[in-house]
Amino acid sequence: MKVLITEYLRIDLDTEKWECRNCNHVIGPARELYKEGLLVHHRDPREIHPSLLDPKKYAKTFSPDPEWCAILEYYCPGCGTLVEAEYTVPGHPPVRDLEIDVDALKVQWSKRKEEKVHVAAGDGSPPPLRRQHHGHSH
Amino acid sequence: MNTPEKVENLSPADQKIMDAFLEEHQLFFGPDFEQMQNHRLEIRTAREEEAIAKINDPHLLNQVRGRVQSAMAESFRMIEQMGSAPGAKWGDLVVGIFTASGDLSDCSPFGMTTFSAVCQYPIKFCNKYWSKDSTVGLRNGDGFIHNDPRYGGVHGTDQSMMMPVFHKGELVCWVSSTIHEGENGACEPGGMPARAESKFDEGLKMSPLRIVENYEIKRDILTFLQNSVRDPKLQYEDVKVKMFAVMRTIDRVRSVIDEYGADALIAFLRKNLEDTETEIRRRLSELPDGIVRFPSWADSSLREPCLIKLNFELHKKGDKATLSIKGSSPQMSNRTINNVVASTKSFLLTGIMQQIWPDLPRNQAIISAFDFESDYPSMMDSDYDATLSMSVSSAFHYLIKPGQVFNKLMYSVPLDAKSRITPVVAAQYNQPATFVYGGLTQHFEVTGNFCADINGAGQGARENRDGLHSLSGCFSFMSDTGEQELLEEELPMVRLVSQSLAKDRMGFGKFRGGAGYEQMMSAKGTEMWGFMTGQTGSSFSSCPGLFGGYSSSAYPICRVKGINVFEWLKKSGNPDRFPFDIVELMNQQPIEGGRYTADDAGITFELTTEGEIYMICQGGGGGYGDVLERDPEMVMQDVLENLVSHEVASNLFKVVYDKTTRRVDVEATKQARDAERKARIARGKPFKEFVKTWNKPTPPENIPYYGSWGDNNVIYAGVGATRITMTADKMKTIMMLDPKDVKMAQLEARIAELEGKGK
Repeated sequence: MKVLITEYLRIDLDTEKWECRNCNHVIGPARELYKEGLLVHHRDPREIHPSLLDPKKYAKTFSPDPEWCAILEYYCPGCGTLVEAEYTVPGHPPVRDLEIDVDALKVQWSKRKEEKVHVAAGDGSPPPLRRQHHGHSH
Repeated sequence: MNTPEKVENLSPADQKIMDAFLEEHQLFFGPDFEQMQNHRLEIRTAREEEAIAKINDPHLLNQVRGRVQSAMAESFRMIEQMGSAPGAKWGDLVVGIFTASGDLSDCSPFGMTTFSAVCQYPIKFCNKYWSKDSTVGLRNGDGFIHNDPRYGGVHGTDQSMMMPVFHKGELVCWVSSTIHEGENGACEPGGMPARAESKFDEGLKMSPLRIVENYEIKRDILTFLQNSVRDPKLQYEDVKVKMFAVMRTIDRVRSVIDEYGADALIAFLRKNLEDTETEIRRRLSELPDGIVRFPSWADSSLREPCLIKLNFELHKKGDKATLSIKGSSPQMSNRTINNVVASTKSFLLTGIMQQIWPDLPRNQAIISAFDFESDYPSMMDSDYDATLSMSVSSAFHYLIKPGQVFNKLMYSVPLDAKSRITPVVAAQYNQPATFVYGGLTQHFEVTGNFCADINGAGQGARENRDGLHSLSGCFSFMSDTGEQELLEEELPMVRLVSQSLAKDRMGFGKFRGGAGYEQMMSAKGTEMWGFMTGQTGSSFSSCPGLFGGYSSSAYPICRVKGINVFEWLKKSGNPDRFPFDIVELMNQQPIEGGRYTADDAGITFELTTEGEIYMICQGGGGGYGDVLERDPEMVMQDVLENLVSHEVASNLFKVVYDKTTRRVDVEATKQARDAERKARIARGKPFKEFVKTWNKPTPPENIPYYGSWGDNNVIYAGVGATRITMTADKMKTIMMLDPKDVKMAQLEARIAELEGKGK
């Protein structure tokens, strides 16, 4: 049985492994930090949050300061999906953000049916796709 | 603190005599440490036992609940219609009902639950101290006012009216109303002084104080309060408004007693708490067991740039869970962003209620079900000497932390489980982005307060759709941003841009966060006016994304000083040259002779002259999921709506399209996204290899840093050679240097250096 843990991660209870939900890549042991099985890249925050104000004129530009703020991007080695974007201080050890008690999870799911598709609470419908000709509506 | 320390070498009998003596001869009824640290429900009283034994029909209790809730909804609307403070007009208020022991049992279905959750502390103080004091006492028709957060509160702007309800001589419950009043006579106008260096700079400080007797306001005390603030009219009106709103609730409560009996009311108030706590535990048992961690960093103390760690962990096992803030920043005693722990817990309560389980009754049991860990004294569990007036700047981090940690456990829970009540949602923008103002109005009245724009934060993206733009304050989903025309009628402020959604500044992802809005504010028609802002997050993004979604951007305050834009606009051709957009105005600098600056978004109060321009943004919400999974048509819609630029659409979302028609080249987009996924794999390093060079043993030497680094038990404070290191169990409070002294020392050193060169 496989349990869908996050948007991109699941745990196979039989093999006790983290897996990528997009490409089925086996990421690593579920009793360890999932990040250890991913690829990490230190992304300059200015690449994500562009400097809207002219950096030649202003020290603050709506872009985070790369000396103070770093983005650690975690990619699935199988398909390149961005699993997690961790905002941290340069040099700060990556956060052990999610530790699941696998034994307890097995007991919990021994009484549940496997869910192959995740549906958002309160709304089973797909996201509304707005149409271009509606124009400016806010 | 009211608990005397034990004296060594006293016999038990002598100790007892001494304890009794000290209890009878209290020098000072300061905040009760034990009470203020305790977030648990009071023990069920014999009277509650009796009532619950008599009334155990859940349908009847539900009828009572409905009546009480509608009463509080009615009183809420009364305040909203009649209140004078901007906060009262736009939803920054609440009405609550408490057990006789003082536990918050329920509050109005709209408004600031946090206010009611902290209001139980002054009520418990009244019960413990004033009820037994012959010079005070508790009587029918009494009303107690309070605003000092050390006795339970967020900050000194919030004033509560608390009235005990008696039935046939028996205290059956308490009812309160709280409004963010704003002005409170602090060292800066508006009630939230970032410049305060001690609690004595924070203005009016009301410990729970009887201002109403026999349902009449005592005019001598009210006059004292009016003399203590810059806006005596507001103080007068809102004391009355709060009292009459509470009295209306009391009328409704009495009608409940008349119809169902006092036992039904008492049983409902207690059962509402116990049932909520039971339900929280039941829902916790549905979540996987585990540990989730989410630290965040504020990048300013509102006086100087620095990195302040605000730590958070959820440890969940079975039907129990511990919320831990250990490892967070030390207390900065002479900075305003500290919090008493009762306030921190109430923000967490609000976050759990708003982001995770909005269907539960809005009461104290939402937090009492959890164990809690903190370091004392620290920024989020401060002592009673700390300055607290801008506590919201750090506390707002804790409003969104429950969403960040619970959702990592909640996502896996089956859809039919009761705990999956709402879609997973990334963080709503979590800084108090608004103008605090003060001065002389066009009606020649002195005033000081804040703008309701604090309620215009963008919502985080949800797991199934985008976040909503400028939805509400992250602290209250049912609040509004107010009407510009009403503001201009009362105050000498003109918004050149009022509520224009900010492009490229929300969190990007498969679903994007809702945008915040820009505003350009200028004073007009006043002899004396000034502004203050209290945001952090100009260097380090404040509002996080979820599951691969990015945070929203960083937000500075932009100013154009030394000009009068109204005079400039009178000149022919200039109106057409004025860009009604912060980015364009700052980059083009069309107003000649202006001093254009973009700084840390938190500024202390400064005087302005007519026509100078102050610009801030409400922040956007965090993004959800991988940007490469966003439907290209939704990206095009964002381009059409001017929410994202062509650059972001192309470079970040990797959509290939015709910039004129916005027609997507589906195949080329697929190829661009596939290429980016391959590029990610090429540039990413295996985790274990990455951390070998990434991890540093201590915070960067050149950055003022406060809080833990890798180990929660080791706390850093300061910068460079003056940085200190301490263990969490021996945390010291920190006194910061005056930024002006620091600047003067730098300048003096520079002068000495230059003089040395000249010799």
